[in-house]
Amino acid sequence: MKSTKKLKSAGVLVGTTLLAASCASGSGSSDEPEADSIDLRMTVWTSADAHLDLFQGIADAYMETHPEISSIKFDPLPFDDYTSTLTTQIAGGSPPDLAWIFDDTAPDFVQSGALVPLNDVLESTDGYEFHDLNEKALELWKDDTEILAYPFSTSPFVTFVNEDLLEESGLPNSEEMVSSGDWTWEKVSAAGSKVKEETGKNGFIIRDFEYLDWVYLSTVWNGWGASPWDEAGTTCTFDSPEMVSAFEFLHDAAFESNSMPGPGTTADFFAGDAAFTVTQISRASELPEDGFNWELLSLPHGPEGEYSVTGQAGLGVLTASKNEDAAAEFLAFFTNPENAEELAEFFPPPRESLLTAEVLSESNPRLSPEQIESVVVPGIETGEVRPGHSNNQEISQKVRASLDDLWKNNADIEEILGATCASIETYLKDAES
Amino acid sequence: MSTNLSPNRSRRVGDTLPKKKRFTYQTRDALTGYVFIAPQVLGIALFVLVPLGLIFYYSFHEWNVLANDFSFVGIDNFKKFLNDPDMNTVLRNTGVFSLGLVIFNLSLALFLAVMLNRKIRGTAFFRTVFFSPVVISLVAWTIVWGFLLQDNGGINALLSMMGIDGPNWLREGWGAMISVIVVQVFKNVGLNMVLFLSALQGVPTELYEAAALDGANRRKIFSKMTVPLISPMILLTSIITIVGSLQVYAQVAVLTQGGPGMSTTVLVYYIVQQSFDFHQLGYGSLLAIILFLIVLVLTVVQWQMRKRWVHYEQ
Repeated sequence: MKSTKKLKSAGVLVGTTLLAASCASGSGSSDEPEADSIDLRMTVWTSADAHLDLFQGIADAYMETHPEISSIKFDPLPFDDYTSTLTTQIAGGSPPDLAWIFDDTAPDFVQSGALVPLNDVLESTDGYEFHDLNEKALELWKDDTEILAYPFSTSPFVTFVNEDLLEESGLPNSEEMVSSGDWTWEKVSAAGSKVKEETGKNGFIIRDFEYLDWVYLSTVWNGWGASPWDEAGTTCTFDSPEMVSAFEFLHDAAFESNSMPGPGTTADFFAGDAAFTVTQISRASELPEDGFNWELLSLPHGPEGEYSVTGQAGLGVLTASKNEDAAAEFLAFFTNPENAEELAEFFPPPRESLLTAEVLSESNPRLSPEQIESVVVPGIETGEVRPGHSNNQEISQKVRASLDDLWKNNADIEEILGATCASIETYLKDAES
Repeated sequence: MSTNLSPNRSRRVGDTLPKKKRFTYQTRDALTGYVFIAPQVLGIALFVLVPLGLIFYYSFHEWNVLANDFSFVGIDNFKKFLNDPDMNTVLRNTGVFSLGLVIFNLSLALFLAVMLNRKIRGTAFFRTVFFSPVVISLVAWTIVWGFLLQDNGGINALLSMMGIDGPNWLREGWGAMISVIVVQVFKNVGLNMVLFLSALQGVPTELYEAAALDGANRRKIFSKMTVPLISPMILLTSIITIVGSLQVYAQVAVLTQGGPGMSTTVLVYYIVQQSFDFHQLGYGSLLAIILFLIVLVLTVVQWQMRKRWVHYEQ
């Protein structure tokens, strides 16, 4: 009898505690934020102290004037698994409030409804200078007229040249190549082949491609006027004559003229292993201080002439966030003209007023104002963003698997690119529906 | 002289009756046992059974994380599994990997255990050498092998010194699968070697002497006596190795990313890809159930078949 009473008392105690706890948690989830009650979290793929310190400095300044924000945390996720980790956090019910987004997954995020529209908050923020944003840079991050993410980094792909290797191989230097009209892929490949022959070092490297991440090849095939699918993203154009021609060039470079390292071969331009590399300007920081003589040029001209390609990263507010409004307001502050100029130290901004040699040379101390003026600024202003799609991950995997057949001796390029189209047809049609 | 050590149990008027113990000895004993196993049971319930139940629940849903779309689709995911054009390739790759790993791993482990079960100088050193990869980080181990297996990596450089033009290991279909198997075998062969070693050392030396006196040669002694005597350990190691082989992921992710083509895309890699890269968590959950059933069936079959070939089971 006594024990039954004890049990009942214990039950009441537990019940009361649970009720109190649930009431307490209920009051915390009310819509109106109290002072010091909002914690914001932004996922990023950088873990560089210099970047994180800069972000935290901007966040601290924001919190001084916004007492409702109790903390702003920048959460670095591993670069390789960034998108998977981000989506896992969303699935697990602990999404960040703001997130960096890769350009190749932009259509997926933009079209899925995962991001909060930003037009209202950006246009209504005092001193934001909304019209200073470069239209071309915004294209990828818009759904119709709604801006769903701010392209905080728009970095053009450029060509770094190892002048010492050219000289050692008895070749004209890059300036002579440009002035004689030889700054073309055809001539770069020929020079690369000669470098391989004379020095045993490599010709040209499409950095980060590594025969897996094929999206980087857009830095080559754009010169042929090729693209993987049409503008609507519903028809595959991998088998177009322009693309076939671009891949014939790449296949020849890898297997015939040996001007590009073949599959499974590691080579690093910045360690002096190659004469040319195509990569983003931010890589200039990897150039050795007392290393080889180098030059920076735009991408070599293709059969279609001059062109440029950019890589972008966006910053958006997730609809899964519990603090959408507060996060959007912070984004507007984080990217306002003053902070965009601060961020320009590391991330080329999409603001036209900041696309000057003076601002950009701060972020790239290894580059001369002339190099920035002639290569970087036009690259940002006119560059096509690397291709992306709303079914990007599936398409990316299918194309990678299909192109593996192409990276062999004597591959039938036309047939393989036809098969590539067949393998992604379903996913392109999905986008259509 | 006798001393009464027992307490005085005589009662006087007015004494209250001694309280009856709430739990009997057996109940207390059982409760103590439950308390001891509670952390493990709670752990399994929270981190195995609950997720398993949730996976089963999710497998009847379509869950696109980005679009925040979670809807009941009945058996649509199962139909998708039956019609998935990549599934045959994935299951074949999984089978090839498991078979290759089990055969290569168990044979090498048994061979090493027999070799190192001798009282000769240096045995302890070699046992340490072969066991050490087991305690090394799997990803670090795989990354180092990734460098060695490059076309211009250490393995081909070694082959080239011997006048052999080595293949591009990670870029050629069968070469890539063999590479993934070998990397995994060398990583874990030490564990099975130690288990076999302990079983071999449990075989009484008198039996070897008796067999030798009866005129059995070394081959016959090994096949007719040693193997049957250590067959319970062979069963254990084969179950552990098969289950482990079906769960391979990191090696594929680091070395080949499922390629070239889809030649090294195994089931777990495909599940991760579907769930977290393609945001198809419902379909990924169904594939996880399929994997669970495959492991369950294989383990039950092995357990049942043990009656045929496992001897001296305790």
